Amino acid sequence: MNEKEKLFNGGVLTEARKGAIEPPRDLWENKKNGLVIIECPQRIPCNPCHTSCPTGAVKAFKDINDQPEIDYEKCTGCARCVAVCPGLACFVVDLTWGGDGVALMKLPYEMLPLPQEGETVDCLNRIGNTVSKGKIVKVLEPMHDRTMVVHVEVPRDLVMDIRTIRVVKQA
Amino acid sequence: MSATLEAASLGCHVTLVDSDLALGGQLIKQTHKFFGSKDERAGTRGFKISEILLEELNSYKGTVEVHTNCTATGFYKEDGVVSCVIGEDEYFRIKPEKIVMATGAQERLLPFPNNHLPGVYGAGAVQTLMNVYGVVPGKKVLMVGAGNIGLIVSYQLMQAGVEIAGIVEAMDKVGGYWVHAAKTRRLGVPIYLRHTIREALGDKIVEGAVIQEIDDRFQPTGKEIKIDADVICMAVGLTPTCELLWQAGCEMVFVPQLCGHVAQRDLFMRTSHKDIWVAGDASGIEEASAAMVEGRIAGVGVAKALGHGEASEHSGRLEEFKRRLADLRGGEVGQKICQGISCCTVNEWGV
Ligand SMILES: Cc1cc2nc3c(=O)[nH]c(=O)nc-3n(C[C@H](O)[C@H](O)[C@H](O)COP(=O)(O)OP(=O)(O)OC[C@H]3O[C@@H](n4cnc5c(N)ncnc54)[C@H](O)[C@@H]3O)c2cc1C
Repeated sequence: MNEKEKLFNGGVLTEARKGAIEPPRDLWENKKNGLVIIECPQRIPCNPCHTSCPTGAVKAFKDINDQPEIDYEKCTGCARCVAVCPGLACFVVDLTWGGDGVALMKLPYEMLPLPQEGETVDCLNRIGNTVSKGKIVKVLEPMHDRTMVVHVEVPRDLVMDIRTIRVVKQA
Repeated sequence: MSATLEAASLGCHVTLVDSDLALGGQLIKQTHKFFGSKDERAGTRGFKISEILLEELNSYKGTVEVHTNCTATGFYKEDGVVSCVIGEDEYFRIKPEKIVMATGAQERLLPFPNNHLPGVYGAGAVQTLMNVYGVVPGKKVLMVGAGNIGLIVSYQLMQAGVEIAGIVEAMDKVGGYWVHAAKTRRLGVPIYLRHTIREALGDKIVEGAVIQEIDDRFQPTGKEIKIDADVICMAVGLTPTCELLWQAGCEMVFVPQLCGHVAQRDLFMRTSHKDIWVAGDASGIEEASAAMVEGRIAGVGVAKALGHGEASEHSGRLEEFKRRLADLRGGEVGQKICQGISCCTVNEWGV
């Protein structure tokens, strides 16, 4: 088992795989409200990303165990799948948002305390290291089921690293 | 609950006994959202699912009798009597025409030096304390086992503000769903693959643990690592609870893929005892989604045997439930389950 395999086997995505790919760049750069990134590389019996998708962007599953496939043309970045996915494996990234060098991420969040709008938080990568600060733009609870979708402004070059946030305790 | 609902919907009278204070089994502790499809209420949190089932049960007030805090303590195969105890001293006997045994599972534990110290828990206990009673079990937890239970309980501990010192896993990959591992990893929790716990540290209570790398024959090889923790939580697997099935003399087989001894069953989940059905984790460790469908199948089986409902209704429902089970079992983990089930399923019991 090499280092990369070891990381992956412990739940860390190290490269694109079936069920965990990057959206096509040219479409992504100009897509207002962003496109979804799903990181779900294992065959498991689960399909709410598809059944909750209002536009059919997450394609129908032939077998409920299939990894999700996305029709990016249809994705509106609505982040419903972000709110619904039991595996917290859906993320939306809007590259058209804001000024130079920033992007907006819509991330699932189920921890306490909740971040507040305008607050500065830590942005964590797939192994929990703080890679930057981010600014909270919005905190929504789309399904009214305690899974929050946090909109956070992050450095644009880190959108493929950042996967969650941590509220920094004020002293 | 599912077996009761199905049998009641076909016209059976059902007495449901559960040793817990509330119905729902493991579901009442599951604060995370479930996988699966819409049919199995994917995306709904476990405890919500048990609330939904409970509400459904309430619509059968006339035909379903429920006893909680009530343990079925024995099955007497001479006359088919089941003895039950409510609380600690109220005792009654009941002689049902048919029985579904859906007694769930028991946790396995690991032997290691000092595992008697206060602070060494099973994951089920931690989850019950935390999610049923609102009691935080400690400040810093070492989780042993990266199956779904270890991963999910770790995540839930973090939600309760408890630090996870690490998750130790003997295999070279996590046994639970990859996405569950990913969501704990991104919160900074280390997962030690190919590691095991060597001993608990501490004098009167747990103060830490020593973990160590192991080779593919599970022999310790690597260096020992000392971990600070006040709780060691074991999530190293479950085994079906099947004492009553043994008592009844049901034909049992040991099936590793189903995590222990299980009763032979036919397609309706009927055991070799003509009046006893089995369902859920008691028939093989799997998932709530599958357990609920199996319960439904057993419920139909019982109704059929009692002559409630039409034959076409029975076969129609069975087909539908079989399709749902096949969907649930189509993945990586499901393959193993299917192998296991094929080792203990008979097409029909010879009469
Ligand atoms: C941490 C954790 C996370 C899980 N996550 C998921 C998930 O995301 N998705 C999923 O599908 N599944 C999940 N599961 C698995 C799921 O909870 C179980 O598979 C499911 O609860 C099994 O249902 P059951 O009815 O067979 O057993 P149980 O839920 O264990 O119920 C058995 C019941 O029988 C009672 N009982 C036992 N013996 C007796 C007796 N002699 N007399 C009276 N009553 C008795 C017990 O008190 C209990 O209430 C998870 C399990 C755990 C522990």
